[in-house]
Amino acid sequence: MSVTVANLSVAYRSHRGDVTAVDGVSLTIADGEIMGLAGESGCGKSTLGNALIYLDPRMKVTEGKVALDGRDLPIADSKAMRPLRMTEVSLVPQYALNALTPTRKIRRLVTDLLKSHGVQDRDEVLTEMKRRIALIGLTDDVLGKYSFELSGGMRQRVTILMSTLLNPSLLIADEVTSALDVSTQRAVGEMLLEFRDRGYVKSVIAITHDLSILAQIADSIAIMYAGRLAEKASTETIVNKALHPYTQALIASLPEVGVRHDQTTLTGIPGRPPSLVNPPAGCRFRDRCPFAVAKCAETPPFEEISPGHQVACWKVTKEASK
Amino acid sequence: MSQTVLKEHASSPAAPDTPPAHGSEFLYYGLRNKKLVFGLGLELLLILFAVIGPIISPHNTTDFFKLGAPPSAQNWLGTDSLGHDVFAQLADGIRESYLVGALGAISAAVVGMVLGFTAGWRGGIIDEVVQLFTNILVMIPALVLLVVIGSYLNTRGILFEGVFIGLTTWPWVARAVRAQTFSLRSREFVDLAKLSGKRATSIIVRDIAPNMASYLFLVIILLFGSSMLLAASYDFLGLGPTSMASLGVMMQNANLNSALFYHMWWWVVPPGLVLTAMVAALLVANVGLDEVFNPKLREQ
Amino acid sequence: MSELSVHEVSKLYRGTARGGGFTLALRKVSFELKQGEVISLIGESGSGKTTLGKVILRLERPTSGAVTFGGKDIATYSQRGLREYYRFVQGVFQDPFSSYNPIYRADRVFDLVRDVYFAHVSGKDWNDKIDAALHAVALNPGDVLGKYPHQLSGGQQQRLLIARALLLDVRVLVADEIISMLDASTRVDVLNLLVSLKRAGLAILFITHDLSLGNYVSDRTIILRHGAIVEMGATPEVFGNPQHDYTKMLLSAVPELQKKWHHTALGPVAMPVSPGAEPVVRRDLRALLGGTRAVSSGKSAVALTLEPPVLHEFEPGHLVADAE
Repeated sequence: MSVTVANLSVAYRSHRGDVTAVDGVSLTIADGEIMGLAGESGCGKSTLGNALIYLDPRMKVTEGKVALDGRDLPIADSKAMRPLRMTEVSLVPQYALNALTPTRKIRRLVTDLLKSHGVQDRDEVLTEMKRRIALIGLTDDVLGKYSFELSGGMRQRVTILMSTLLNPSLLIADEVTSALDVSTQRAVGEMLLEFRDRGYVKSVIAITHDLSILAQIADSIAIMYAGRLAEKASTETIVNKALHPYTQALIASLPEVGVRHDQTTLTGIPGRPPSLVNPPAGCRFRDRCPFAVAKCAETPPFEEISPGHQVACWKVTKEASK
Repeated sequence: MSQTVLKEHASSPAAPDTPPAHGSEFLYYGLRNKKLVFGLGLELLLILFAVIGPIISPHNTTDFFKLGAPPSAQNWLGTDSLGHDVFAQLADGIRESYLVGALGAISAAVVGMVLGFTAGWRGGIIDEVVQLFTNILVMIPALVLLVVIGSYLNTRGILFEGVFIGLTTWPWVARAVRAQTFSLRSREFVDLAKLSGKRATSIIVRDIAPNMASYLFLVIILLFGSSMLLAASYDFLGLGPTSMASLGVMMQNANLNSALFYHMWWWVVPPGLVLTAMVAALLVANVGLDEVFNPKLREQ
Repeated sequence: MSELSVHEVSKLYRGTARGGGFTLALRKVSFELKQGEVISLIGESGSGKTTLGKVILRLERPTSGAVTFGGKDIATYSQRGLREYYRFVQGVFQDPFSSYNPIYRADRVFDLVRDVYFAHVSGKDWNDKIDAALHAVALNPGDVLGKYPHQLSGGQQQRLLIARALLLDVRVLVADEIISMLDASTRVDVLNLLVSLKRAGLAILFITHDLSLGNYVSDRTIILRHGAIVEMGATPEVFGNPQHDYTKMLLSAVPELQKKWHHTALGPVAMPVSPGAEPVVRRDLRALLGGTRAVSSGKSAVALTLEPPVLHEFEPGHLVADAE
């Protein structure tokens, strides 16, 4: 029960040429693991997450394979993926707040969903849904409402409920906490943890730019930059012992509660990520990296520095081999 | 616009992987859109004909020839029951139809936009009043109104017909403009314009209207087409201008003289066919234009 | 010396939800903003913080109460008076991209200001002014002038908007969630820019839902909930020694890198009182404005009146409201 991504590359066409949004990404997620996929806008994390379940017709897989529970996932073939969606792999999309059709009540949306996946025993599944609704602290009357009658946080949680109703092996949660208030963020985060603990989902990929949330709910974190993986390790390692300069800079730019400007000045990262139409050769973080050397003109391999800790950086590789 | 500033920085290259600037983008896609090219091309041909037709026509509409003669070398489209050259009438008629169409479209557009922008921008009681007014006008059957007004006037001219059509079709322009204005006025760049001390009219003209430009363009094209059709139908019913030839009048005369019964197809078919072409070309071009303006509709 | 004074400002909206009713967006909010002071206005969605920002910018009119600037009620300004007001008080909003009219180039926002305020300034002087403003926000003129908004990054767009405000003689800046749509690496730059502007004497109303940002940058903090102030005081005191239950709940829910939430396994997650429930008050408009009778609606878990909970001074400068 695990996910293996092997050298995956996804590109899409634009009028300026092909843009490789995901470039040679390899990673594994163990059974029961919540992996955070973090990075800034344009790094390819959403593309990667979405590619695992639904390939936008404008995109194509140029390389690589994905395997779920030992079986190959036919991600390039939309028809072949259909029976697997919701049952094996499920997605809570970005902007899910508006993903629910506003003209139907929630109960109807659920039954429609079940019907389209050929679920026969709908009543039993509905009972299970009610049980889960109670689990997250909402009441049954949610089923009788329209989506616009619910607050943003409630809609988000209902969407997650619906996506996990058929107990998929893999849940991809794309920016599920981004547009929410602090208290609702916590509720959603705890919901993901709860669902994983109870086995409603086996593995979760939580895509977000917010490292603090990942520090709360994720077991491991993968950092993406400009279409490639920069670092992947356990949450504790990333937060305290990050090795990649980009990860270190990201962590350093996060204001913690209690930090004031007259005590510490936070620093950002100067410059912008490179364009992916004509990406520069070698390490893509080179232009903004305080440690860049000549060797960085060669693409650093994404390799294991210590057990469970992978980094793509020449500086790190060199120091580890000493 | 800070022209000097722009000139100074004009040489700086545009950021990579960004779409081309707006005007040229429309031109690029526009020239490649088959519907737009076809529709626009046909329309321009017809307009050209409207301009040069009366000039190249060897006869005037008042010249007499053999009654009801089929097309020949002398009368390219034959003659009608009264002996007038059909081609000459057609050439004149197209011109008149375009004129009335333009008049109608412009008056409808002006009234509709002014009321639509005002109602959409101000909201509240002004919006309610304009909506009330609009709804009342929509309910009044234009044909009946035309009959009533027409019976009081001794002569009716093109101006009257054009303005009348304009004043009876502006409601749906106003509604569309109002709806768009409503949604645009809550955008943050409008707030920013307010915070820059700009007056309402300036904001509407410079910030809101240009964002609706493609939409307004489409609306005006549709108005043009429907004005021509309306004018032709009024003419056909005898409610048109009292002293001119137009496509509708031609069709009316053909009908009154039972042209079809007498197999005078050269009198019946051309005006209807040309009118259909004029309006259809506009509509086809309109669909194409919509695709150009709205990238999501483009087939890649 | 107070720059801006907000006195018992209330805002009532006619409801758009099914069944009508009214929404109390703001309930007699009062505070003062001093020169060179940064106040963070913290609240969740539905707290009324954006509405308050708009009222201060006179993009919305309060139902009752007043905003005073330089001793004069801003509601009494004529068109010309309003223009003068905007010379000193400006705003920057959450979504940088939508503050630009997409059909024009980004620097048109400068031209808008020029047409109204600097019509008699020569071309060269104007360019110098722009360069100075861009320099103050750490933008390279060559990078941003002449470009369309979609060619600029979110951080550049946001800083350009701040530069626009600096072209005027701005003394008060209303910054409504200006950081939330930016990437982590650019957020810090904009934050540090605000700090440097504050040190130069600018008063900032920093509206946010992110407590850690508020803590980093502000001198005083106001916690807003359901349109009323529940806690207010010097930032270190409000964050270090929160008194109101709502403030404590907010602080405990903030995800931090080093501290994990206390996660209770199995069983319903305890939901705090506030989220979701939109306080909709029905019908009795007169009772609302009269102010004494509590009107409760069926939907909301909280009964609201126009009267906000009373604020008590817990310690000098630190005000806490009663529980509602």
